[in-house]
Amino acid sequence: MRAPDDSPKARIGDVLLSVEEVSLAFGGVKAISGVSFDIRQGEIRAIIGPNGAGKTSMLNVINGFYHPQQGRITFKGQTRSRMRPYEAATGGIARTFQNVALFRGMSALDNIMAGRTLKMNVNFFWQLFRHGPAVREEVEHRRFVEEIIDFLKIQDIRRTPVGRLPYGLQKRVELGRALAMQPELLLLDEPMAGMNLEEKEDMSRFILDVNEYYGTTIALIEHDMGVVMDLSDRVVVLDHGEKIADGTPDEVKRNQAVIDAYLGVAH
Amino acid sequence: MANNAARADTFPKLLVRNAVEFAARPAMRHKDLGIWQSWSWSETLDIVRAYAVGLSRLGLKRGDTVAIVGSNRPKLYWSILAAQTLGAVPVPVYADAVADELAFVLKHADVRFAAVEDQEQVDKIQSVLERLPNLEWMFYDEPRGLRDYDHARLRSMDDVIADGRKALAADATLGAWLDSEIAATKGSDPSIILYTSGTTGTSKGVVLSGERSIAAATDTVNFDHLDENDVALAYLPLAWVGDHYLNFAQGMVAGFCTACPENAETAMADLREIGPTFYFAPPRTLEALLTRVMIRMEDASPLKRRIFHYFIGVARQYGERILNGQSVPLKGRILYGLGNLLVYGPLKNVLGFSRVRTAYTAGEAIGPDLFAFYRSIGLNLKQLYGQTEAFLYVTCQPDGAIYSDTVGPAAPHVDIKIADNGEVLFKSPGMFTGYFRDDDKTAEVMTPDGYVKTGDAGFFDDKTGQLKIIDRAKDVGKLKDGTLFAPKYIENKLKFFPNIREVVAYGDGRDFVTVMLNIDLTAVGSWAERNNVAYASYQELAGHPLVYDMLEKNVAEVNRSLAQDKMMAGAQVKRFLVLHKELDADDGELTRTQKVRRGFVAERYAPLITALYDGSSEADISTQVTFEDGRKGVISARVKIRDMKVEPVAAAMEKAA
Repeated sequence: MRAPDDSPKARIGDVLLSVEEVSLAFGGVKAISGVSFDIRQGEIRAIIGPNGAGKTSMLNVINGFYHPQQGRITFKGQTRSRMRPYEAATGGIARTFQNVALFRGMSALDNIMAGRTLKMNVNFFWQLFRHGPAVREEVEHRRFVEEIIDFLKIQDIRRTPVGRLPYGLQKRVELGRALAMQPELLLLDEPMAGMNLEEKEDMSRFILDVNEYYGTTIALIEHDMGVVMDLSDRVVVLDHGEKIADGTPDEVKRNQAVIDAYLGVAH
Repeated sequence: MANNAARADTFPKLLVRNAVEFAARPAMRHKDLGIWQSWSWSETLDIVRAYAVGLSRLGLKRGDTVAIVGSNRPKLYWSILAAQTLGAVPVPVYADAVADELAFVLKHADVRFAAVEDQEQVDKIQSVLERLPNLEWMFYDEPRGLRDYDHARLRSMDDVIADGRKALAADATLGAWLDSEIAATKGSDPSIILYTSGTTGTSKGVVLSGERSIAAATDTVNFDHLDENDVALAYLPLAWVGDHYLNFAQGMVAGFCTACPENAETAMADLREIGPTFYFAPPRTLEALLTRVMIRMEDASPLKRRIFHYFIGVARQYGERILNGQSVPLKGRILYGLGNLLVYGPLKNVLGFSRVRTAYTAGEAIGPDLFAFYRSIGLNLKQLYGQTEAFLYVTCQPDGAIYSDTVGPAAPHVDIKIADNGEVLFKSPGMFTGYFRDDDKTAEVMTPDGYVKTGDAGFFDDKTGQLKIIDRAKDVGKLKDGTLFAPKYIENKLKFFPNIREVVAYGDGRDFVTVMLNIDLTAVGSWAERNNVAYASYQELAGHPLVYDMLEKNVAEVNRSLAQDKMMAGAQVKRFLVLHKELDADDGELTRTQKVRRGFVAERYAPLITALYDGSSEADISTQVTFEDGRKGVISARVKIRDMKVEPVAAAMEKAA
């Protein structure tokens, strides 16, 4: 039994990932310049900013898809300037994409099972014949995946090809696939883009549940300010590749630089 | 054959019997994490005993009431049994009840304990906690999201069961005490309180006793030859009398397995996997299923489509006669056999009906075509008529005597009388002992000689000897010449035509019956497209002379069918019109549940009603409408009225034939 005064803040621990003085440029275009912030264990961290502020680039830097020209990234105490996506994935970073990136011809179940690939240890030979240890291992993974399906309440679409599903459900399957990796850090790139109000409410509930139930640290990019302010513990605001604010939702909301960036002031 | 359940007079005693007689046979299945989990009768007894001890250690006593809130899940069924084991009374509540309704039932039943499914229900109860000072404990099945809740008055069912199990293991005398508790349960005590849904006024708590419940269920189990090899899928609301009777009570008596779907959305897929042998579905579910099949057939390849439609035609011709065991020419049998191989068999398999021996439908009138479709593909679909107060069955159709417009003769040991005003009265083995804490209401529905008033008007059909329900008794009126006028009966007959979406019939206190029709835009629109009928708006299509011609044929057919009934022959439709706009809930013409508000419509369209009765051939009407964005506008139209031919009464002739 847990004490009733166990506030959500008590879950937040040490720094899990920190970004220091990161700069990224594509030729002459500066996407990110000298941004630093950190993500703490167990928190929901939002990255917001107007279009072209460098939010998705930031996520791509964190999971190793882009390599910053300057700066360091420290993840679980290990500092490196370059990290490959594969290393990020095995290290416990999972992500979803702004435009849904699922295997459209495969069922929801198979898509989420695909998220377990990195956790499979049996060699290719056994898997090819689907025999012996490969079957035992698959059963174990299937159990884990079924728990995710139960968690996300998508039992009824388990066998449906993902391409036939409505957008909101595809997003949910994508979240399921990311969860299948049992990530320590989950990066969500606009998890609610294009959703209606009800789907947004559902998705918010799932994000909070993932954070609470699995204890997963979450970094998310989102445009819906209401959602961001309700969900996140801390918010970092980017504009034109620079950090202009960092703090709790309330602090950020009152910050003049943020208001200017969103309402548009001559630079 | 006859079931010996009646020797046990309460459900806990019955569970003990089942654990001996059907020990290792499955009692319950539930799909969890994608796998069907099952529990045998002896395991069920084991769990229920532990659960009961756990509950008694938290203070549950004989006579207490326990709310059961949630969907069909094994632990909630076990909660019912565990409460009954201690002589407490379970009170199931609809899972989708809003907090206010929930508070009303929990307060009225004075519950001390509540067994609920999940966080949603816990939240709902906590939001009305200040109105429930007597509520002491809540138990939940699904722990998700509840970890950080204050557990001072909250426990997981697993913990309660585990605690009971530990106590039973530690103290040998506890088992004997529990046996004596089970022996002390009395058949005449309340076994369960089922609250009516409250669509007609506030909901009332119907008290049912154990011995009567078991007596009624034993009768129908024998009637439909159900035994421990049968399987049913419990997918209808747990708090509804239908689920409690058909699945819980019959399952306990016959010893059959009740399967719980994974969740509400997967019920159709689970149905297919489980392949029940006993099945119940309300008409709208059957209709939705058929629509889905037809839509999917439209997407099939031309060859498949032709095979499908050809054999559905064969089934329509011979299927029902084969199911009823009547004589069919050899050619018909061969074609039907082939159809079964190619179409009906696979179709039933997809729908999950392959193993169904007995299926029932009830609750509202079922369209004859819909009913005939399922019967023609070989599903033994029958009708029953029942009420919570009767613990379900009042009438049911025996195999071989099935009609779409009757609900069957009296169920075994049920006594039915028709009151002078046409109201159906019954006395049945399972009938309730009274409304909970409401003697006035109980007295209101009981006749002095011990019959229960159903509130429905009906009569026994001359041809079949089966009961026909025509309308709610309070809606039944009389024409000026004294002929019985049942508006819903006429409206339903018309609504079974796909062209007709809504009907309002008038006639109470008038010289004759008239109806106002609403066309179904999808059906009539597609007819217009196929027949090159050009139209620019709903209003123009509704007023089109060819549409009137088509609907006239429908009304004439209804008149012909009304003429078959001696009781109804005088209430044929003399004049009709097609409304220029769709009846709409936004304009207050329908309720939010899509039922016509007859009185309001009569007021709003008063000029049309006057015209229907004063003999004019058309009338002008202008009505205010509310658009979806809230703006208001006015629609005016000139509506034509058609006269109908009245069919001669044919009942006597039919009877002779």
